[in-house]
Amino acid sequence: MLELENITKVYKAGQTEVPALRGISCRIESGEMVSIIGPSGSGKSTLMNIIGCLDKPTSGKYRLEGVEVDKLNDDQLAEIRNKKIGFVFQSFNLLSRTTALANVELPLIYGGASNRRQRALQVLESVGLAHRVTHRPSELAGGEQQRVAIARALVNNPSLILADEPTGNLDTRTSQEIMSIFKKLNEQGMTIVLVTHEPDIAAYTRRTIKLRDGQIEASE
Amino acid sequence: MKLWDCFSTALRALLSNKLRSILTMLGILIGVAAVISVLSLGSAQAAIVEESFATLGSNLIYVTPPELGMSGVGAQTTLTLEDAQAIAQNAPSVRNVAPMAQTYAQVVAGGESLSNTIIAGVTSKAQVVDNYGMAQGSFITDFDYGARSRVAVLGSEVANTLFGEMDPTGQSVRIGGRQFQVSGVLESRGTGFGFEDMRVYIPLSTFYTTLATAQVGSRGDSVNMISVQAKSGDLVESAEQEITDILRVRHGLREGEDDDFRVLNMASVAAQVTQVLGILQLVLAGIAGISLLVGGIGIMNIMLVSVTERIREIGLRKAVGAKRRDILIQFLIEAATLSFCGGALGVGLGWIIVKIMSVIATNLGFTLSVTLPGYAIVLAVGVAIFIGLISGLYPAVRAARLDPIESLRHE
Ligand SMILES: Nc1ncnc2c1ncn2[C@@H]1O[C@H](COP(=O)(O)OP(=O)(O)OP(=O)(O)O)[C@@H](O)[C@H]1O
Ligand SMILES: [Mg+2]
Repeated sequence: MLELENITKVYKAGQTEVPALRGISCRIESGEMVSIIGPSGSGKSTLMNIIGCLDKPTSGKYRLEGVEVDKLNDDQLAEIRNKKIGFVFQSFNLLSRTTALANVELPLIYGGASNRRQRALQVLESVGLAHRVTHRPSELAGGEQQRVAIARALVNNPSLILADEPTGNLDTRTSQEIMSIFKKLNEQGMTIVLVTHEPDIAAYTRRTIKLRDGQIEASE
Repeated sequence: MKLWDCFSTALRALLSNKLRSILTMLGILIGVAAVISVLSLGSAQAAIVEESFATLGSNLIYVTPPELGMSGVGAQTTLTLEDAQAIAQNAPSVRNVAPMAQTYAQVVAGGESLSNTIIAGVTSKAQVVDNYGMAQGSFITDFDYGARSRVAVLGSEVANTLFGEMDPTGQSVRIGGRQFQVSGVLESRGTGFGFEDMRVYIPLSTFYTTLATAQVGSRGDSVNMISVQAKSGDLVESAEQEITDILRVRHGLREGEDDDFRVLNMASVAAQVTQVLGILQLVLAGIAGISLLVGGIGIMNIMLVSVTERIREIGLRKAVGAKRRDILIQFLIEAATLSFCGGALGVGLGWIIVKIMSVIATNLGFTLSVTLPGYAIVLAVGVAIFIGLISGLYPAVRAARLDPIESLRHE
């Protein structure tokens, strides 16, 4: 599915250079559900952004479904983000002035798909929000907003779902609801990588990668 | 991304902040309205000028005293009836010569009276040269001139004031205290050049015997103006030269001395007036155009604010697959839509302004036939969209260049 080989990422903050990732190598197979944990500042988000083709590594090789991503240009990366990857963010990142339905349709618009409404309604239903399609984000509870975001991530039938602390803004009960959605998706064959701080969220996944200071400390 | 989706995305963004969109549009709207009203009022004005000159007839040359323009009433005149006769006899390019002496006098008929009316002493040639049409009766004839008849032809305004709906021909009027019989009424010329509607015409010979004393600096055979008709449009210039030569000799002017008269050629006057009006219109349109420019700066300003405000949105769009081009086009369309709508509404507002002005003009007694020239619409809206695109370009490029991660992290 995806393969990272000696990935490094160095941020330049003025004169000083901050090494956020220092030689990450790992493979994630199709159909896996993996959690990434580690202390704050250990490089979890940085790694997720690189896997998600939102950012480019400073050095190293990244292959996603056989494609050497580190060689692609911005437009090709946008295409991959649109077609192959679904993002779920800690802060939901929904467009506040548009309905749940329009939010879910967004990736379809950039993918040039037809039959958008039907497809968007279908995924909204699959995350249990059929009754909320015309609501705006401000009219939805946190858990519901995150489900809209999951629907948006799913709408283009990606091969990989990336979630950076998807339950970070939710209470325990809602977190469990969201995790059970991910669990169900994984059971249907979706590859899922998620970042979390909480051990009981990580417990949902069969495999956990531990980061520390930009390196993999353990992978089990 | 399909073009239609670009449009609907941009429109949705504009609609989600209606008040701001409307306020942004306002700048362009006012600019375009200003340009439109200037252009269409300008074209109406040009039409009026053209019409005025057309009624005067072509091939016309006016000879007047040097210090005054065409009316020449009350001026110390240097021209005489003999000057006119000399031109008629000796200038080969000239067809007709119509001398005219003028003074002010009171005109009374029945219970009505008009003070300070221009009384013009003319010959029968005046009708031919100045192209007068008769509403009633007939103009001053050669017989009237020879017999020094006490007949008068009234301008339409004068006839209307003195006699109302009644036909004045055959009626008597008192001009400067003397009895005259009305022989005809001129057709109205509207608010043209020479104020013919407000004049009274009598035979020049009668003028000398009855009214000439009232004229300042009168010599008994002086005239205030000589209207000359050239044989053809091509001969206007040579006629002018001939007239100048004849008058210089007659007035005993030596080489190097200035003319003591002025020769005006209607065609060149018309050309000059049209040119001046054209320049004036350009200047006004330019000033109006500046407000369009200000509107464009307004659009740029708002688009920059909007890009900054929507950084997270842009980051999210990029994260779910928007390409640079998609973001660029969205913001360009937003700017172009603002300016197009502003432009279209501006054309409407401009048209309303022009209509209101023409109604006001009608109430003031002018006929202002305003048309909205097609080129003005195309020009104004085209320039508006162009300005919108130009001012939207920089903000759009900034939006398109944003880094998705940094944008998503933006608070
Ligand atoms: N744009 C940036 N410029 C400079 N340094 C950065 C930038 N982004 C991240 N860093 C640094 O890189 C390191 C890793 O950051 P990252 O956000 O990946 O950590 P994280 O593991 O996700 O932390 P958290 O659990 O708090 O989200 C940190 O030291 C951070 O300060
Ligand atoms: Mg993080």
